[in-house]
Amino acid sequence: MLSATGIVAGYRRGRPVLDGVDLGVAPGEVVGLAGPSGCGKSTLARVVSLLHRPWAGRVSVDGTVVTRFRHAAPASLRTRVGVVFQQPRLSVDPRFTLRAVVAEPLLAAGADRATAAETVAELADRVGLTGELLSRRPHEVSDGQLQRACLARALAPRPGYLVCDEMTAMLDASTTAALVRVVLDHVRDTGAGVLAISHDESLLAVWADRVSRLGGAGRPGAGGGQQEPPMTRGTQSA
Amino acid sequence: MSDQTVSDQTVHDQAVGGQAAPLLTVEAMSVRFTLGRPAARRVFARRAAGRGEVHAVTDVSFALRPGQVLALVGESGCGKSVLASALLGLLPANARLRGRAVLADPAGAPVELLGAPEPVLAGRVRGRLVGLVPQSAATHLTPVRTAGAQLVEAVRALRPAVAEPRALAEALADRVGLPRQALDSYPHELSGGTVQRVAVAMALAGDPPVVLADEPTTGLDRPLVDRTVDMLAELADQGRAVLLITHDLAAAKRVATHVAVMYASRLVEIAPAGQLFTEPWHPYTGMLLDALPDGAFTPIPGHPPELTALPSGCAFCRRCPDVPGYAPCTDDPGLIRVGDRWVAAHPPC
Repeated sequence: MLSATGIVAGYRRGRPVLDGVDLGVAPGEVVGLAGPSGCGKSTLARVVSLLHRPWAGRVSVDGTVVTRFRHAAPASLRTRVGVVFQQPRLSVDPRFTLRAVVAEPLLAAGADRATAAETVAELADRVGLTGELLSRRPHEVSDGQLQRACLARALAPRPGYLVCDEMTAMLDASTTAALVRVVLDHVRDTGAGVLAISHDESLLAVWADRVSRLGGAGRPGAGGGQQEPPMTRGTQSA
Repeated sequence: MSDQTVSDQTVHDQAVGGQAAPLLTVEAMSVRFTLGRPAARRVFARRAAGRGEVHAVTDVSFALRPGQVLALVGESGCGKSVLASALLGLLPANARLRGRAVLADPAGAPVELLGAPEPVLAGRVRGRLVGLVPQSAATHLTPVRTAGAQLVEAVRALRPAVAEPRALAEALADRVGLPRQALDSYPHELSGGTVQRVAVAMALAGDPPVVLADEPTTGLDRPLVDRTVDMLAELADQGRAVLLITHDLAAAKRVATHVAVMYASRLVEIAPAGQLFTEPWHPYTGMLLDALPDGAFTPIPGHPPELTALPSGCAFCRRCPDVPGYAPCTDDPGLIRVGDRWVAAHPPC
């Protein structure tokens, strides 16, 4: 279980973006998170992916309470939670080829080059990148192709939880459908839990098992992370 | 083939007496980019091989009439934005243009946009005959001046005869539903939707008959997307012509009167919106609609072809041959007119 309780977080003293938010993602579950622009969805994504230290509250990954965030977070915890951001162009090193982008988390975790290359090939196949595309650099591919690489990178360490922060907001309908399918296949194959953040309610209706809503001013929406009946999609494995 | 098609369209425009004359007529427009400098191409011959020329727009023809919202839809990287930039003369120097794009001028002779020199584009076209609503309004405004100051500047530059630019700026703000106090704020103090309104107000400052919106809703949430496109639809209701370039099919569905579908640099289908969404003729249109979450949510298999190496014939059937339920492919990429619709390679039998 990836859980966050009583999260208070923000960027400027005295102006919390999130004020007492609770969230839980069980293995094998896709939790949608909706809410208007500026309500703190992305801040919550950064907190649960251990990239932003909350002012108060508790984040735990499979029962281990997280005490250190960002670079200080232990590698064993960091690799448990994968994250895909909205803007692929801002989340890759422009000097890397797509192959290097996908391989980086594997090499950082100490995999040898041959194993990493094998895993990259397998991941590229899953997200629909050809070998020719893998040899290009970010400026030589489209947003959709780059986001495919970012998803492959997030899946490379086989994370137990995946946070998708507006993963498809920049993408056209076909690429959106393709990437959401890859995420759902990952859920089915590994029993991972997913936090799917989107402002597109019709997308969350087909993607998520239940949808939580953040109201304005970072407070949980009516009912405190209200729950909707799970969609019958057969991915529930926990 | 394309010549034939274009003359057909011209005849069609003249024949239909009931319809208003088009404000913008694009005929067989093509845009090519040559990649790399000649010296660099020699040194990096290996890398340059096969990627020498980008076919960004190929043989595109359409007409835009007053009162229409023409949505240009397609996957990212299909050439939509290049088409918009070409119409405004905003392409980089390595672009080569072919074809014609004739813009009507209510106060003078029509302007041919593709061959027009920069002084004509800057002095007559941009802002005055064609208003641009940019993709990312927040980065389009300067961060160091208030929204109101920039709007007043646009009014001064585009309508020097107006005695009270501030009053006109406020009237424009009212028209797009921008609160007066927003005019005194800096862009970073405004929300995404409000900044988008500032951009629309600026596009209207010169009272242009044609409004070109290039992905105006990227990054906005659904209520803001709806408000922005509704605003564009209102402009069309006032007798302007709107070209809405978007990859957001739901937004197009909401406001478009006509839809043009672009794939791999070519238009593959143009039709009145209602007909296109209920009965697509081109398999690409159909599969694009099927990819929507409220459709089958099925991705289109494969990737769009590289614009540097486009196949001849029907590019879509190279990617995804023989989609059931559509007319068989004639492999001719030129648009064929059937009634008031146009389709490439898959005319209904």
